[in-house]
Amino acid sequence: MSREPLLRVRRLTIRFPATRNGPEAIPVSGVDLEIHRGETLALVGESGSGKSLTGLSLLGLVPHPGQVDAVSQLFLDEQDINTLKPEQLRAIRGRRIGMVFQDPATSLTPVLTVGSQLREAITAHRAMKKTDARARAESLLSEVGMPDPTAGYEAYPHELSGGLRQRAMIAIALAGEPDLLIADEPTSALDVTVQAQILETIDRLRAERGMAVLLITHDLGIVAGRADRVAVMYAGQIVELRRTADLFRQPSHPYTRALLHAIPRLDRAAELVTIPGIVPSPADWRMGCRFQPRCAEALPRCATETPPVVPLGNGEWSRCWLAQEKSR
Amino acid sequence: MTAPLLEARGLEKRFERRGFGFRRRPVYALNGVDLTVLPGETLGVVGESGSGKSTLGRVVLRLIDADAGQVRFQGIDLLSLPPGDLRPLRRRMQMVFQDPYGSLDPRMSVGEAVAEGLDIHRLARGAARRDRVIGLLEEVGLEAAIAARYPHQLSGGQRQRVGIARALAVDPALVVCDEPVSALDVSVQAQVLNLLLRLQEARGLGYLFIAHDLAVVRQLAHRIAVMYFGRVVELGSTDAIIHNPRHPYTQALLSAVPRPDPVRRTGRIVLQGEPPRPTILPRGCPFASRCFHPAKDVRCVEELPVLRPVGDALAACHYAETPATTPGSEPGS
Repeated sequence: MSREPLLRVRRLTIRFPATRNGPEAIPVSGVDLEIHRGETLALVGESGSGKSLTGLSLLGLVPHPGQVDAVSQLFLDEQDINTLKPEQLRAIRGRRIGMVFQDPATSLTPVLTVGSQLREAITAHRAMKKTDARARAESLLSEVGMPDPTAGYEAYPHELSGGLRQRAMIAIALAGEPDLLIADEPTSALDVTVQAQILETIDRLRAERGMAVLLITHDLGIVAGRADRVAVMYAGQIVELRRTADLFRQPSHPYTRALLHAIPRLDRAAELVTIPGIVPSPADWRMGCRFQPRCAEALPRCATETPPVVPLGNGEWSRCWLAQEKSR
Repeated sequence: MTAPLLEARGLEKRFERRGFGFRRRPVYALNGVDLTVLPGETLGVVGESGSGKSTLGRVVLRLIDADAGQVRFQGIDLLSLPPGDLRPLRRRMQMVFQDPYGSLDPRMSVGEAVAEGLDIHRLARGAARRDRVIGLLEEVGLEAAIAARYPHQLSGGQRQRVGIARALAVDPALVVCDEPVSALDVSVQAQVLNLLLRLQEARGLGYLFIAHDLAVVRQLAHRIAVMYFGRVVELGSTDAIIHNPRHPYTQALLSAVPRPDPVRRTGRIVLQGEPPRPTILPRGCPFASRCFHPAKDVRCVEELPVLRPVGDALAACHYAETPATTPGSEPGS
C-alpha cells in the first residue's frame, strides 16, 4: 500500500443551511480518509453518525438542501470530485464509482426488467450493440452469482428474492467497471445466511478486479473478517481509524470500546454493557468531545476542549484526550 | 416439573391469496409447530424471513386464527375459546412489536398509550391510574415527564420502552416479543435487552422472544427453537444450540452470524442456493435444497424428518447423528 491512494478525502464537511425550523446543521464535519486500490475500508457508525452522507458526497448525491462545503477535498486520483460540474460528475458516477444501497427493492425500478436496467447501466458509459450489451449483462449476472443469468436478466425485480435483487444491484454497480464500489449497508435488509453470500461475493469481486470497496455499515460484526481498515464515525466525525485487527484487539476510542461491549455475541453470554443516552443530533453537538456526555472515561477537559487527533502508528489514529495522555 | 405457561401443539397456518396462476397459491407459514414456554422462562425463536416465526407469535396470542393445532395458555385451550372469554386472558398475554412507531398511535400521548390497557381492562382510574402510568414509565427507565409527549417526539429506544410499558400495564404473565430490538442502534439495543432481562427477573415474566439474530436471542433465551419453513427444526437449551448444534441449518445460521472478531474463521459455511418458496410445500426436508450435509440422500427429498431427540436437544434431520462439518473444511456446493 505504498502507492498513491485511489481516493483521498480531506476535511469533508457537509452543511444543511438554517431553515425556519432550525439552525444550520453540519452532520459531517472534517472527515479525512484514504482508500487504496484493492482495499476494503469500512465506515462504521450508528444512525445519525454521517456515514451515509459521506458515501453520497463521493457521488455528488448529497440530498438538497445539503451542500458539501468548499473546504472539502475529494480527490479521486488527481481529480477533485468537489470541484466537478454536474455533467463531469455523471461521467464518474457508475463509471469510476459504483454504488450499492441497502434496499434493492427501492433502488431498482419495478416497471423494468433487471436486464433492461442492467443494459442501461452498461451502455451509459460505452456505446454498444443491444445484443452485445445483453451478452455483457448476462456475464455480469453470472459473475455476481445469479444462479440462472438468463432468467435473472428477464425477471422483474419483484420476481426475485431479496438476495438475488441485491446481486442484480451489484451487477448494475459493476457495469461501468468502477475503481471504487461504495456499499451502503448492502446486507442490512437481508437474512444472515444470504448476508454471508453477498459479502463473500463483494469480497471476491474486489479481489478479482482490484477494486476498492467502501463498506458503510452499522454492524461491527460484518466488518471484522472483511475490511482491511475501519473508520469509526460518531456525530459527524471519524473518531478512530485503525487497521481492522488492531481495532478489535485494542480499540483506542472509548466510543469504539463501548460499542464493542454493547454488541450481543454468540461467543460470550455476559450482560451487555450499555452506552447511556442516545446519539446526539447535530443541533446538540457541543464544544469539546462530542462523545463526552456519554463517555464513562471522560476527563474534565473533554467537556470544553476539542480532542486532538492522536497518531497511533501505521497511519492509525484516535480522536481522544485519553489517547493523548496515554501516548505521552 | 412446572406446568407450562404456554403450550402449542401441531400449529398450522396457511395464507390464501387472491390473484391468478402461481400468485393464487397459498403461502404455507406454519407447518406443524410444537413448543412450550414455562413461567419465568424465555423461549427464543430464531428464523429467517419466511420461516413463520412472526406468524407463530400472532397465532399463539390468537391475533390471527390457526388452521389446525392447539394452544394452551395456563392450561386453557385458547383456540376453541369464544371471543368474549378471550378478553380476560388477553390481560395475561401481551406483545411487544418490532416497530414501536408503527404500533403507537401518533395522536395519543405516551401517558394515554400506556394507560390504554388499564382503561380497557378497567384496572385503575383517576389518581391511581396516573400513579400506575408513572410507575410503569419509571419501571422501563423513562422519566414521568415523558407522559405528556407524543411518539414522534421520542427516540427509537424511548418508543420501544413505551411499547414495553404498554405491555406491562395490564400485568401479563407472558410477553411475546417480536423482533423487539432489530430496529434499534446497537448501543440502544443493549439497553432494551438488559431492560427486558431485568423485568423478567422482577416480574417472573415468560417471554416468547422472536428474532432473526441468534446473537441477540442468546442474550435472553433459556431455550432456543430454530425455525425453518414453518417448522421447528431444532430445539434445545441455549448452550446446546450455540455450542453443539445438530441440524445443518442451525450450523449454517450460527456460522453466518457476524462476529466482531478479526480472526478470519475457517470453515465458514456459506449456503448455496436460495431459500425455498413458501408457496410450495416440499414432501421431504425443506432444507434439502440448500443442505451441505455429506450424508444427504434421496431420503431427505422423499421423507419429512420429524423433531426427535438427538443428544441433549431435539432435531429434525435424518442424519443429525453424523457430523455435518469438519473444522477447516469448506462445505457448500
